[in-house]
Amino acid sequence: MEKTVREIIKETSRDHIKKNNSLIFGQCLSAVGWVGGTVPELTEKEGLIELSMADVANGGIVAGAGLSNRRPIYVIRYQGFNWFNASIILNYACKSKEIWNVPCPIFIRGIAMEGSIGPVAGSSQHSIYFKMPGIKIISPMTPNEYLIAYKDFMKNDDVMYVSEHRGSYSNTKELNDHLDDNLDLILFPISITRFEAQKAKIELEKEGYKIGIANILWIKPFLIKKEWEKAVIKSKFGGVVLDDDYTDGVASNLAYQLIKRTKKNFEVMGLKDRSAGFSKTTDNLPPSKEEIIKKCKEIIDKKGKL
Amino acid sequence: MNEKIFRLKTFEKASYCRHFEEEVIKNLKLKNINIPTYVSAGQEFIAASMATICEDLKIKPLIFGQHRCHSIYISFGGDKVKLIDELLGRKTGCTKGMGGSASIASKEINMFGHDGLMGSNGPIGVGACFATNHPTIVFLGDAAAEEDYVLGGLGWASTKNIPLITVVEDNNLSILTEKKVRRNWEMSDVAKSFKMQGYNIDDDPIDLLKYSEIFFKKPCLLNVNTNRIFWHAGAGKDSDDTFDRYEEEKKRLGEDALAIDKKIKEEIKNLWKKQLEK
Repeated sequence: MEKTVREIIKETSRDHIKKNNSLIFGQCLSAVGWVGGTVPELTEKEGLIELSMADVANGGIVAGAGLSNRRPIYVIRYQGFNWFNASIILNYACKSKEIWNVPCPIFIRGIAMEGSIGPVAGSSQHSIYFKMPGIKIISPMTPNEYLIAYKDFMKNDDVMYVSEHRGSYSNTKELNDHLDDNLDLILFPISITRFEAQKAKIELEKEGYKIGIANILWIKPFLIKKEWEKAVIKSKFGGVVLDDDYTDGVASNLAYQLIKRTKKNFEVMGLKDRSAGFSKTTDNLPPSKEEIIKKCKEIIDKKGKL
Repeated sequence: MNEKIFRLKTFEKASYCRHFEEEVIKNLKLKNINIPTYVSAGQEFIAASMATICEDLKIKPLIFGQHRCHSIYISFGGDKVKLIDELLGRKTGCTKGMGGSASIASKEINMFGHDGLMGSNGPIGVGACFATNHPTIVFLGDAAAEEDYVLGGLGWASTKNIPLITVVEDNNLSILTEKKVRRNWEMSDVAKSFKMQGYNIDDDPIDLLKYSEIFFKKPCLLNVNTNRIFWHAGAGKDSDDTFDRYEEEKKRLGEDALAIDKKIKEEIKNLWKKQLEK
């Protein structure tokens, strides 16, 4: 039976601790659910370390542990908590190798989710990390992608921010790019938007639109694959970058890089420019299948008529 | 250790710090040093005492200092030539010119650099100490100690019972804002409230030596009252009446100290001269 992303994270974490004498840090790790079933059920003696609720200090404590080269994993149970956690990680752990020639490898698991959980806890917040040097950002949504992230972390000595999403934890399937020639438009989805992008493509194709998908796994460094570039240049209307974060961050930046490379038009979709509330009517959710379809039609139909 | 021997060993380290800093001041005025520089003259007996105690205990701790850290670096045996080069912005500096005065580091002495966020070395030191279970010293200023993340880190260090000493170099000033304006509490009391051993003492070497029996057994905090002779940054003086522990110790130790002082003054002067000629 195929393994879920959840199972892969749990297995990888357990193996990591055992093989590398490593540590997993986080808050409420051993509470009900073991952070969505991704944290191995271990004791502190075995390397599962419960931190206090002092989020800013915790980022510093994990940075300090990173200096020991035990390659700690840090579980941040809501990505919005990075507003506190990221300060010392970004300003110390990420700069340590460059300034002092002392690597500080940390595998940061930032976990996103959505739905009536208010202005901080919801959605992805990888844009907080994006502008700073010394960090890699990856957003794996499939079992194999998670292993790619982990292997890269072990092969190098960087700080790695892994932008996870609870919506992917049950997934067993790999998500492939779809890049035929002569497409109308290509979607460049990140994180959880990759699943909605797949659904939108199917619906749009039923109506005769030709939609491609280029899955963004690596957010930083963002390497534009040759086949992406080729397909965009050949497309009629360029592309749309889809994100689970606010658009004034990663999405706009990646779109800019794609525009520079391909000289084609790019648009962005992500969270709306407002705060999220605690109810269905006040949520601020990532682009849904319906919203993606609407956007694609707007671009294609409007520009097609010009 | 015999008190006189301890005082003399500590004085020798402090003398290296003091004369090094006097050369720094001279070169700031001559504009040979052109970076923000945080001189530790006046506070050197804290690092010098801690280094002497660690030598006696045969412990090479992990060290996490912050911006006013020249004395920490020198007392624990950091290469002085590399520090001169660092202050001159050279690639041959201890941090290859990246660290300047405030962010110096040395792998040889287990001294980690500081990122510029005041007090971040508090929780970072806690994490390093926890992950390695190796004796660790965090040096903070009295203002940096107020950072909320310092307190969060201390609380967790106490909970995990790690071999950590937090030394607050309390010169009573945040730039020029006095402690009493900023807070009505003491760090030693905060430590006690976290169920750590916490003490409020002077920078007399013997006061530090008294507490060495508890070092690295459980987390503890020493708030050490001291005096900064020069400005927060740069070569100016806030006052000419500032108590100077170095002069006090020199008087107390007499001829022995005078000989050490004279010899080291010359040694450091020549070291700077040689580097400046390069």
